[in-house]
Amino acid sequence: MLEMHNISKVYRTDMIETHALREFSLQVAAGEFVAVSGPSGSGKTTFLNVAGLLETFDGGTYRLDGQDVSGLSDNARARIRNEKIGFVFQSFNLIADLDIFDNVDVPLRYRRMKADERKARITNSLELVGLTSRMRHLPSQLSGGQQQRAAIARAIAGDPALILADEPTGNLDSLMARQIMGLLEKINSMGTTVVLVTHDPELARRAQRNIHVIDGLVADTVAPSDPAARGPHGQTHAESAVD
Amino acid sequence: MIGYYLRLALRSFRRAPGLTALMVSAIAIGIAACIVTLTVYHGMANNPIWWKNGELYAVTVNPSTPNRTREAGLPAYGPGQLAYDDATYLFGSSIPKRKALLTFLFGSISGAPDQTRPLPTMTRATTAGFFRMFAVPFRYGGPWSKAADRGPEPVMVLSGRENHKLFGGADSVGRTLLWSGHRFRVVGVLAPWHPLPRFYDLSAGNGGAFARPAGAFIPFQWGPVLGDWPAGDLSCDTHGSSTTPTTYQELLGSSCTWIGLWVELPTPAAQRHFLAFMQAYAANQRAAGRFQAVNTHLWTVSQWLTLHHVVSHRSGLLVNLAFALLAVCLINTLGILLAKFLRGAPVAGVRRALGASRRQIFAQHLVEAGAVSLAGAVLGLALSAAGLAGVRLMYRGSSAAYGKFAHFDAIGLAWAVALAFVSTIVAGLYPAWRIGRRAPATYLKSQ
Repeated sequence: MLEMHNISKVYRTDMIETHALREFSLQVAAGEFVAVSGPSGSGKTTFLNVAGLLETFDGGTYRLDGQDVSGLSDNARARIRNEKIGFVFQSFNLIADLDIFDNVDVPLRYRRMKADERKARITNSLELVGLTSRMRHLPSQLSGGQQQRAAIARAIAGDPALILADEPTGNLDSLMARQIMGLLEKINSMGTTVVLVTHDPELARRAQRNIHVIDGLVADTVAPSDPAARGPHGQTHAESAVD
Repeated sequence: MIGYYLRLALRSFRRAPGLTALMVSAIAIGIAACIVTLTVYHGMANNPIWWKNGELYAVTVNPSTPNRTREAGLPAYGPGQLAYDDATYLFGSSIPKRKALLTFLFGSISGAPDQTRPLPTMTRATTAGFFRMFAVPFRYGGPWSKAADRGPEPVMVLSGRENHKLFGGADSVGRTLLWSGHRFRVVGVLAPWHPLPRFYDLSAGNGGAFARPAGAFIPFQWGPVLGDWPAGDLSCDTHGSSTTPTTYQELLGSSCTWIGLWVELPTPAAQRHFLAFMQAYAANQRAAGRFQAVNTHLWTVSQWLTLHHVVSHRSGLLVNLAFALLAVCLINTLGILLAKFLRGAPVAGVRRALGASRRQIFAQHLVEAGAVSLAGAVLGLALSAAGLAGVRLMYRGSSAAYGKFAHFDAIGLAWAVALAFVSTIVAGLYPAWRIGRRAPATYLKSQ
C-alpha cells in the first residue's frame, strides 16, 4: 500500500537547513495497522504529511497503492488525497460553521458525487461512528470524542484505502481515546490500512507493528506480539524511546 | 461546484456580517459614484447624429494670420461662424449633397386663433437642407422647398412646442401667421425633437450646446430681405479690425461672422472636392487682399463637439475622481478580503487535505469575492438611481446641462456590470490566488 524508499525532506530558511526526514524507508502492506512513534521533532508529522501528499519530498521514491507519486501535479495529488487517503487530526480540524453532515460531505463534494450517493455515504459513515442523531449539530455543540468520531466519519466517507491518523487521541481523555482506537481498529478490520502517529505507548501497542522514528530516520520496527522485542521491563524498544 | 461555492460564500458572509457590509458598501459607493458621473458625462459627450458622423461637416474659414487669430482670442481654426459673403459663396457650391445656412432671428408670432398676445419666438433662419440633413422629424407637413429659399417664400415650420402653444397641438399646416408683422404660411410642424447636445449650433450666444431648438424656422434670406439683425452670436473682431457695421447692408458686406454653414458630403471624394473648393476660395480672397491667410477646415460632428469643449473639463475631472474613489474602495476591499481569506486559511488547508485542488480553492474564494462585488454592484445601482435623482433635483430649473442627462439607462447598467467584474478581478483575484498557493500542511499546523 505504502512504499517509501530513501525519502528525504529538508526545510530551508535563509540561515538554516533542517533535515526532517533522511533516507526514510518504510513499507506498509494493504490492510495493516501501523503505529509510528518517536520523540517530538523526530519527523513523525513530516512523514505523515509526505505520506498524505500534503507536502512534497526532496529525494527518494514513494509509491502509494502501486503508483509513483513523485512529480505529480497539484491536481493529481489532490485527487489521490481525495480518493485514496483519509485524514484524522489531533485537533479534529472540523470546519466550525458547517454542521457534522456538511463536514462529512466536504471530501465527497470534491469528488463530484451525485447528491443521492453523497447522502448515502454520509449517513453510513455517521452510523458507523454512532453520530447519526447529531448530524445537524455544529462541531462546537459536540464533545471532543464526538468531534473526533465525526472527523473519522469524514475520513472514511470516501472509502479510502489508507487512513493517516496524527495523534487522534491527543486531545481526549483515556476513555474517549480507547473508544477512538476501537473505532480505528474496527475500520482496519474492514480492510482499510491505518497508519497512526502517537505518543501513547498503550495505543501503539494495539497496532500490528510499531515504527520508531528518531531524527528523521526509521530507528526500529517492532511487532508488539514479538516477546524478543520487549525490553527488561516488558516494554518494546519503541515504548522505551517514547518514555 | 459553483452552487456549492456560493453556499459557502453566503455562510462566510453570515459569519462576518459587519465586514461583508463594509465591503459591499465600499464597492457600491465606488460603483455609484462612477455610474452617476459617467451617465452625465456620456450624455454630454453624446453625438446625437452619430450615424452621419462621417458625412456631416461644419465649415470654418479663418481669414486671419495665426498671430492675429491669437490676439483676437480665437482658436487656431478661427471663428466658428462665417461672414455673409463667405457663407453665401460657399453655400452656392453644388458639391455637397445637402447644405444649410443657419442664424438666429428674434421674432414674435401672432395671428393664431384665440391668441391674445404675440408669442416671442427665437427663430432659426435657415435653408431647406437643414431638415433632411439633420434628420429633423415632422409631425405634420414637411420642410419648404429649395425654391422657397431663393424667393424667399413666406413659409414657416413650427416646433411641436410652439404649435401646441398656438394651435393646441392641432395640424396647423396651411395656416397663416404673422411673424414680426409679416405673413407666413405654416408648411410643417415638427415632432418632438431635442438633440443633445445641439450639435449644429454650439455658440454660447445662441444658448449654448444644451439649449432647445428654435420655436420657428423660416428661410434664411428673410433676414437680409427684412433687414432683421441676427439675434445670436455676432463677432466683428475676426480680422483684427474693430470696425462695427451700423446698417444691415454694412453687416452683409462686412467680415463680421454670424452665420453657420453645414454641408453633407457622403463620400471621401466629395469631401476632398469641397475642401479644395474652400481652399481655392480662400486663396482667391487672399490674392484680392480680403483674407490674410488660407485656413479652411471641415469638422465632423464629433470633432465639432470636442472643439467646443461641450464636455467641460470639470465633468471629465469628476469622472476621474469617481474612478479614483472606486480604486480606493477596491483597494480597501482587497485588503479586507485578503485579511478575511488568510484568517480562514486553516479551513482552506483542511479542504486541501480532504481533496480540494489549488484551482478549486482559488475558484471558491473567487466566487466569494465575485458575490461581494455583485452585491456591491446591485447596491451600487440603487445608489446610482438615487444619485441621479438627486442630480435632477439639484439642477431642476437650472440652465446647467447636468440634470438633462441624469437618467439611468442601459449604458449605466452595462457600466455597473463591467465595474462589478473589474471589482472582482481587482479585489478578489490576488487574495484568492494567495490562499490557493500555500501547501496545505502549512495551515494544518496552525489549525
